[in-house]
Amino acid sequence: MSNAGRWIRVAACDAIPPREGRAALVEGREIAIFNLGDRFLAVDNQCPHQSGPLCDGIVAGEAVVCPLHAWKVNLETGAVARPADHHECVRTYATRVEAGVVSIEA
Amino acid sequence: MLDMIWCGDHDEDRSARFINDRVHANIQKDGTFSVVPRIRGGVTSPDELRRIADVADKYRVPMVKITGSQRIDLLGIKKEDLPKVWADLGMPSGQAYTKGVRMVKTCVGTDFCRFGTQDSTSAGIEMERRFEHLYTPHKVKMASVGCPRNCAEATVKDIGLVGQEGGWQVVVGGAAGKSVRKADLLITVETTEAALEAAELFFQYYREHANYLERTYDFVERLGIDKVRKETVYAPEPVRIGLLDRLKKSKGTARDAWLEGQAPVNPTQFIPLQPIESVTT
Repeated sequence: MSNAGRWIRVAACDAIPPREGRAALVEGREIAIFNLGDRFLAVDNQCPHQSGPLCDGIVAGEAVVCPLHAWKVNLETGAVARPADHHECVRTYATRVEAGVVSIEA
Repeated sequence: MLDMIWCGDHDEDRSARFINDRVHANIQKDGTFSVVPRIRGGVTSPDELRRIADVADKYRVPMVKITGSQRIDLLGIKKEDLPKVWADLGMPSGQAYTKGVRMVKTCVGTDFCRFGTQDSTSAGIEMERRFEHLYTPHKVKMASVGCPRNCAEATVKDIGLVGQEGGWQVVVGGAAGKSVRKADLLITVETTEAALEAAELFFQYYREHANYLERTYDFVERLGIDKVRKETVYAPEPVRIGLLDRLKKSKGTARDAWLEGQAPVNPTQFIPLQPIESVTT
């Protein structure tokens, strides 16, 4: 999904507690970055349903549950996993970790 | 739930909490939060009201609303402003966002009312002090009224104290939400202290025996009020003492959640990430 772009150093890895997400304003876009314990995943911080802040959701496996109406979004693919009859997608961003800092490709 | 069984002797995984319980406020449809300070028994003061008004001005709060629970709701607060709002209010959390002790509504009782037979305001404030900051299987809403006219609607609350000539009726398992249910009589007692103790017994019994997300109106109906009575107010003394002791232990470790505004559990609990710099590769 992500276009090749510039890598932006967003935060120290420990700024995002395990299995939680945080929002970051990167190049004018609000992006939600999640710490899955073994890796970081990043998506646009807007639920396709009613624009709920995905960064505030509960992480379940490699998905997040939106805090507003419990839509479930896969963080690897950006695809809506619940409700099953919805096929919207949120944009995903590549991430990498260097020297304890997580960067995303924006 | 663990707190209700282990009374504080446990470590918790914060990431399993809903956002409301991570930042101690109620998320709204636009991602902002609502802030409801604790106003015990619904009794406030000119000084408190001025502080609330000042906060509403300072943070340009889009809506200031009187709630159905005799509280004041500041709606539309940004997550990063929560700690500053709490500090400026100088009031504890009203827990209006959590599965926990919500409020005790009161009527004016014998202090001012021509018909009041009990000091329902003081009793309600005391009940709120005894239970505040505690967590429960689902939310717990309470009320205390000074006579059977029931101005604060105690008979449709999870726990209600209903004053009458010479004593109190303690009622439990009422509701006026998605379900409407008249509360069952737990016990009739003579003194305010006895009424508060009956409320404590039921409260801790509910914390220990209800299923997660089971409101008292489902809980009481599932068990039957006779069983609830037998295992709380009419239980053998050691059982009653046990319930009260465990409640006391939990209460001893309970803290105002808004203190985390000054001592966040992690540096980004309330604030978004600030990108460090952009690098081109």
